[in-house]
Amino acid sequence: MSEESPANRAITSLADMKEYRGMLSWITSVDHKQIGILYIVSAFVFFLVGLGLALAMRIQLMVPVSHFMSPGAYNQIFTMHGTTMVFLMAMPLLFGFSVYFVPLMIGARDMAFPRLNALGYWLYLFGALMMYFSFVAGGAPDAGWFSYAPLTEKGYSSSPGIDYWALSLLVMGAGSVATGINLIVTVLTLRAPGMTLTRTPLFIWMIFFNAFLVILSLPALNAALVMILADRQLNAHFFSPAHGGSALLWQNYFWLFGHPEVYILVLPAFGVISEVIPVFSRKVIYGYGFLAASTIAIAFLSYGVWIHHMFATGMSYVILYVFAGSSMLIAIPTGIKIFNWIATMWGGSIRFTTAMLFATAFQIQFTVGGLSGVAFAAIPIDWQLTDSYFVVAHIHYVLLGGTLFAMFAGTYYWFPKVTGRLLSEKIGKLHFWLMVLGFNGTFFGMHWLGIAGMPRRAYTYLDRPPLGTLHLISSLFAFVLALAILVFLWNVARSLLKGEVAGDNPWGGWTLEWATTSPPPVENFDRVPSVRGRRPLWDLAHKTEGGQP
Amino acid sequence: MMERNKMGMILFLLSEAVFFLLLILAYAFYHTSGELGTQAANALDVVKSALFSVALLSSSITLWQADVCLKSGGRSQARLLLAATILLGLIFLIGQGTEYAHLLREHVTISRNLFGTTFFTLTGFHGLHVAVGLALLLILLGLAVIGTSREPTSLAMEAISFYWHFVDGVWVVIFAVVYLWGYV
Repeated sequence: MSEESPANRAITSLADMKEYRGMLSWITSVDHKQIGILYIVSAFVFFLVGLGLALAMRIQLMVPVSHFMSPGAYNQIFTMHGTTMVFLMAMPLLFGFSVYFVPLMIGARDMAFPRLNALGYWLYLFGALMMYFSFVAGGAPDAGWFSYAPLTEKGYSSSPGIDYWALSLLVMGAGSVATGINLIVTVLTLRAPGMTLTRTPLFIWMIFFNAFLVILSLPALNAALVMILADRQLNAHFFSPAHGGSALLWQNYFWLFGHPEVYILVLPAFGVISEVIPVFSRKVIYGYGFLAASTIAIAFLSYGVWIHHMFATGMSYVILYVFAGSSMLIAIPTGIKIFNWIATMWGGSIRFTTAMLFATAFQIQFTVGGLSGVAFAAIPIDWQLTDSYFVVAHIHYVLLGGTLFAMFAGTYYWFPKVTGRLLSEKIGKLHFWLMVLGFNGTFFGMHWLGIAGMPRRAYTYLDRPPLGTLHLISSLFAFVLALAILVFLWNVARSLLKGEVAGDNPWGGWTLEWATTSPPPVENFDRVPSVRGRRPLWDLAHKTEGGQP
Repeated sequence: MMERNKMGMILFLLSEAVFFLLLILAYAFYHTSGELGTQAANALDVVKSALFSVALLSSSITLWQADVCLKSGGRSQARLLLAATILLGLIFLIGQGTEYAHLLREHVTISRNLFGTTFFTLTGFHGLHVAVGLALLLILLGLAVIGTSREPTSLAMEAISFYWHFVDGVWVVIFAVVYLWGYV
């Protein structure tokens, strides 16, 4: 397609395109590709900050009874680490991939509401900056990333940290809802001719249902946030037990948002994996319908499991049983996905590129995280292990070993499309193996730490075997993980400058984003592609009349 | 497929519905677990609020008629009906203002007890939404007065109508839960 337009042929990197030159073009842009890049770069900067905070915690915990930092500082650091990684890194990273690739994959010129798209990004960025401003404004939030009441009430937390936390999440929440609406309308109204919903790539399916989760769960958080702000700023009593308020109400509202949020962070990763695996297995995705339908099942079920975060709060057994059941139920659609990906790889001509390695590691590590999750659905196990390092291991296997690995798979897969240059496979494989080693070394032992009784969020511990040894191992491997990220940065810098020129379709992909040049021109496509199947580029190459289903 | 601006508005209102649902649930939760019902019955003037509620609900009808007129080319009539809608919305807000003033004189504040906490948060956010709706309607009216013959577009009219009807609908639920439940 690109051969037809000589103007595009000379372009080999982003810097060659005049629309992408100058600071002003980035600040004023409403182009979904520029906004997508802004999201991804900002998210990565906050990832580095969050990683720094994590390393500070690992240094503190390296030896028993350490005095590296004060308990107060430790509280601020673990709170900001969790908040940063969930709201300032993971969500914007996923939004970045979504707003960059959704229009390209459905053959559209841009998002349905380009200016709303820009608004969503800037709300996120300034919300994030406001969160970090708290450090110089009297103290960062220090009540954990889910800020349980009544610890967050004014009487227990006099620094303005919680106010900054609530206000900046409110600002970012508004941006997220705007972006969610935008993504849904884009998918519904701007698909290329011939692209029915059942012909859209699975990435689109996942993002589409994810956007529904965003617009229907963020308002739950926003409602809880205005209530805590009313408590703190206007002396209201929503969550203050001393005045008849209910601390449990906060937990209910937060987790009514918080559990769908977990799937908000995971579904886009599923989407990326569903694109990467078939391309590098050279096979059609196995069970497209099941992968799509199980997404709907997950989206619905995710609203009916939130009590499993609160098993230890003394609710009636009936409630506990219902939510234990629903929590185990949600493992079924997730399991269906894992089996579909394995079946796609089965018998394929697998090319273990870096992207495919990350996608494969994702499946294994996410399954480990999923299994420890099912373990938590069993009420007695939850009572034994809740608020221990077992939870820390679980959440990191799901969100780091799962989501972040998937997003690295997506980064190696789509980097050539975004920048016009391939990432180095050699450095990429070094990055991958260091990351697998660093990640599993840091977090696998935490399962054992939790079983041995190490409580999460404790700033230090006594020297009782095996705590010291396990913490030391975890801390050492955390630096391997950090080294892996440095290797990745080196790879990006090197590849941007002198990476191999990618061409339109370096991997032999089948979806529409590979039909245009790399990087795509401002208008995305020279002519609107027509779609007759789920793999439009395969159809084009093989000139099939009926097309694939 | 539905037009994209209308679709965007409907999705936004879905999101808003969850927000209001949780504020209403918080009120209902404390109503069932405490003496909110008696506190509400003692503090609130149901008849007065009912009158202001009628103003808000009739504004939905005038806005609907304004939309109908605009579509059939009756611009001057549409202008009049839009102005009536704004007036009715304003009457509601003034009513809410006098109610707040009365409550504050009686020392019923957001920090006095759980009734004050839940009542002011819930009705306050609703009032804020009415105020935003009034700003949107003023823009429509401005366009109808000084805009070109095609403004305001019926698309803008419809999208903003969705919002206004939603805000009215939320009030019906709030009125039932906050003002009437205490008497049940």
